[in-house]
Amino acid sequence: MANYIKLIALGVIVLLALMAANFARDLAYLVNALTVALAAGGLFIWVLRNTDEPVIRQDLSGEYMDEVIRYGVIATALWGVVGFLVGTFIAFQLAFPELNFEWSQGFLNFGRLRPLHTSAVIFAFGGNALICTSFYVVQRTSAARLWGGNLAWFVFWGYQLVIVLAATGYVLGASQGKEYAEPEWYVDWWLTIVWVAYLLVFAGTLMKRKEPHIYVANWFYLSFILTVAMLHIVNNLSIPVSIFGSKSVQVFSGVQDAMTQWWYGHNAVGFFLTAGFLGMMYYFVPKQAERPVFSYKLSIVHFWALIFIYIWAGPHHLHYTALPDWASTLGMVFSVILWMPSWGGMINGLMTLSGAWDKLRTDPVIRMMVISIGFYGMSTFEGPMMSIRAVNSLSHYTDWTIGHVHSGALGWNGMITFGALYFLVPKLWNKERLYSLSMVSWHFWLATIGIILYAAAMWVTGIMEGLMWREVDANGFLVNSFADTVAAKFPMYVVRGLGGVLYISGAIIMCYNLYMTIRRSPATQAAAGSAVPAE
Amino acid sequence: MAKEPQIQNNDPETTGHEWDGIQEFNNPLPRWWVWVFYLTIVWGIWYSVAYPAWPGIKEATAGYMGWSTRANVAEEIAAAEAANAGINEKLASVELTAIQGDDELQGYATSAGAAVFKTWCAQCHGSGAAGAKGYPNLQDDAWLWGGTMEDIHTTVTHGIRNEEDPDARYSEMPAFGEILEKEEIGQVVNYVMTLSGQEPRDAEAATAGEQVFLDNCAACHMDDGTGDRAQGAPNLTDAIWLYGGDYDTVHDTVTYSRFGVMPPWNQRLSEAEIRAVTTYVHQLGGGE
Repeated sequence: MANYIKLIALGVIVLLALMAANFARDLAYLVNALTVALAAGGLFIWVLRNTDEPVIRQDLSGEYMDEVIRYGVIATALWGVVGFLVGTFIAFQLAFPELNFEWSQGFLNFGRLRPLHTSAVIFAFGGNALICTSFYVVQRTSAARLWGGNLAWFVFWGYQLVIVLAATGYVLGASQGKEYAEPEWYVDWWLTIVWVAYLLVFAGTLMKRKEPHIYVANWFYLSFILTVAMLHIVNNLSIPVSIFGSKSVQVFSGVQDAMTQWWYGHNAVGFFLTAGFLGMMYYFVPKQAERPVFSYKLSIVHFWALIFIYIWAGPHHLHYTALPDWASTLGMVFSVILWMPSWGGMINGLMTLSGAWDKLRTDPVIRMMVISIGFYGMSTFEGPMMSIRAVNSLSHYTDWTIGHVHSGALGWNGMITFGALYFLVPKLWNKERLYSLSMVSWHFWLATIGIILYAAAMWVTGIMEGLMWREVDANGFLVNSFADTVAAKFPMYVVRGLGGVLYISGAIIMCYNLYMTIRRSPATQAAAGSAVPAE
Repeated sequence: MAKEPQIQNNDPETTGHEWDGIQEFNNPLPRWWVWVFYLTIVWGIWYSVAYPAWPGIKEATAGYMGWSTRANVAEEIAAAEAANAGINEKLASVELTAIQGDDELQGYATSAGAAVFKTWCAQCHGSGAAGAKGYPNLQDDAWLWGGTMEDIHTTVTHGIRNEEDPDARYSEMPAFGEILEKEEIGQVVNYVMTLSGQEPRDAEAATAGEQVFLDNCAACHMDDGTGDRAQGAPNLTDAIWLYGGDYDTVHDTVTYSRFGVMPPWNQRLSEAEIRAVTTYVHQLGGGE
């Protein structure tokens, strides 16, 4: 019976999507509508083929729901490579503008690919990593199977659809023009539905946990899911120009819109890339180190301090703009106070290794996690420092910002995710160990040197161009034109691109290593990893 | 199966919780962490009293330091303007040709003009003033409308072929695609190539092109092709080309003509700034 309802619903979606495609007012909308029709049509056929097949009823509550996590792990690794590849390419586009090919103007030029890169790494790579690890962690630390049955599958596939719609939309020109919130109105609506389903699965699993307390990793994951929902909805309040077109108009305008955007943008960093990934760290670091978490008290205090203070720090993105001074002060003060709450996570992560530091020599996965915490500590110091108005007057609009973001993204988010993937794959596919630890070591060094090249190049160009922009002669006149600063950055742009090449080489080695682990590593004796422990 | 965390002999107490084998030590907060945290909070409270911070219904508290981004930048600009007020006035009022005779004025105008150029002119003429296709190189001594101080000053003040300023320099080359036969265009293009000493594509056509040139082009570009500055008609006998001197580009120019536009700057820049940038361009190398 349920299948018939599903078939009717899917059929209606296919019809509506095809109608939308027929009336489409722009290319991006047309392609997106056809994508939806294709996805719903494929699902329709799949459901149809399974209709009236005998259904085996079995009680799965004693088993963790791991298949969706396996899919999530694969999606994370693949989207990671896609995101790094686009990033490396656009890095070279900046160094060598000829790579904005004449034949691909309007599709593959820097302006179209840049949001594709940021969304691919943050939302496709990072988002899949967060969803799949949160599903893994919440089950293990609650000793309960995911709540909601196939809803977890809806979250996974629904989220992939968001990514595909957003990515094709960018290339074809659909964009709200809001950084990290580029997808147009209908993608925003769909993501809202998927996100609510995600919240339900996660919170539902927590509700039926068998442990008396909620583990700290789950606090972070839950705060990330809730806050991102709030940020996403408020920052995407917009009115479509037509229901058959991708263009929409923002509800806020002027400095209010800018402030909403950076309240969103900063907390996307704070809750997506910091709180969510701290959730990851709080599970995988103690597991891999086989040591207890350093301090329960610290985890409580820094959690509440972090989520309370982070939400106010957004205005530091708008120093020296139309934003009133008092709001800019607010952002700066909270950013500086945020320093210690951020470092609380670093202390708890690093100190968890006390008594297990020797493992750094033998276990490259631990090494990866430790350096990721190191980069976390570095960028959460750099961030508050750059939010200080006097520093910001030099760093704002320069490549320093790009370098700061990447030492966080490549160093912290990337490395902790790689560590988690190396931990998860043997567990999820019931293997004794990874295929090759020396490949993990190679990955570690390639990625680390890549990040150092990237960050160092951007510090140099950032500070250089900041100084060049403000350089005045004895009479108070500007010395350099903007183009002079662009020309001066060229060598460092090449170094940055090379850093990207090293980083993506490491990621490709990881993909091969994970693939071979699944294919070749010896299986564990008992497939007990997926059983919910008895009470 | 997940292994039990290895609790070691000298380990501190745990909280007694355990999730999937993960335990937690009951360690206190690191003291330095707490104190630095308190310190940043105290600093934050002080900062919010010292600087604009607390929003009210109509306006925010101003802070006792009297600091304000807008007021600060207005002060800095006013101070810079006051410091240069005397020399700016002198620059705007002396004879144009007298600027170069006065070392102080010349030095000031050159550095001020460089800043004006890099802000307003570099977008088209390049930050080094070397120009680009369609935008003249200002470092050489080939001038479309003249390279004296007066000529450059007029060009900067009123611009070229724009609609904003009735005094803009104006001329218009006809699109000969609508006037001449295809064959004649080919002939005159070949002829024009010989003027600058290039090998024509078709020597016979080039010879025939001379008459076409004299009938149609010489009125502006002169019989010998050396051009006429009064009309902004380029010299065709040198190796300097605004759009390109190869056969195909010259063919396009003759067929469709060109219509380069420069905005008037008297609406955006002060007289002193216009004179400064005039001086800067003049001293780049080609000034007459």
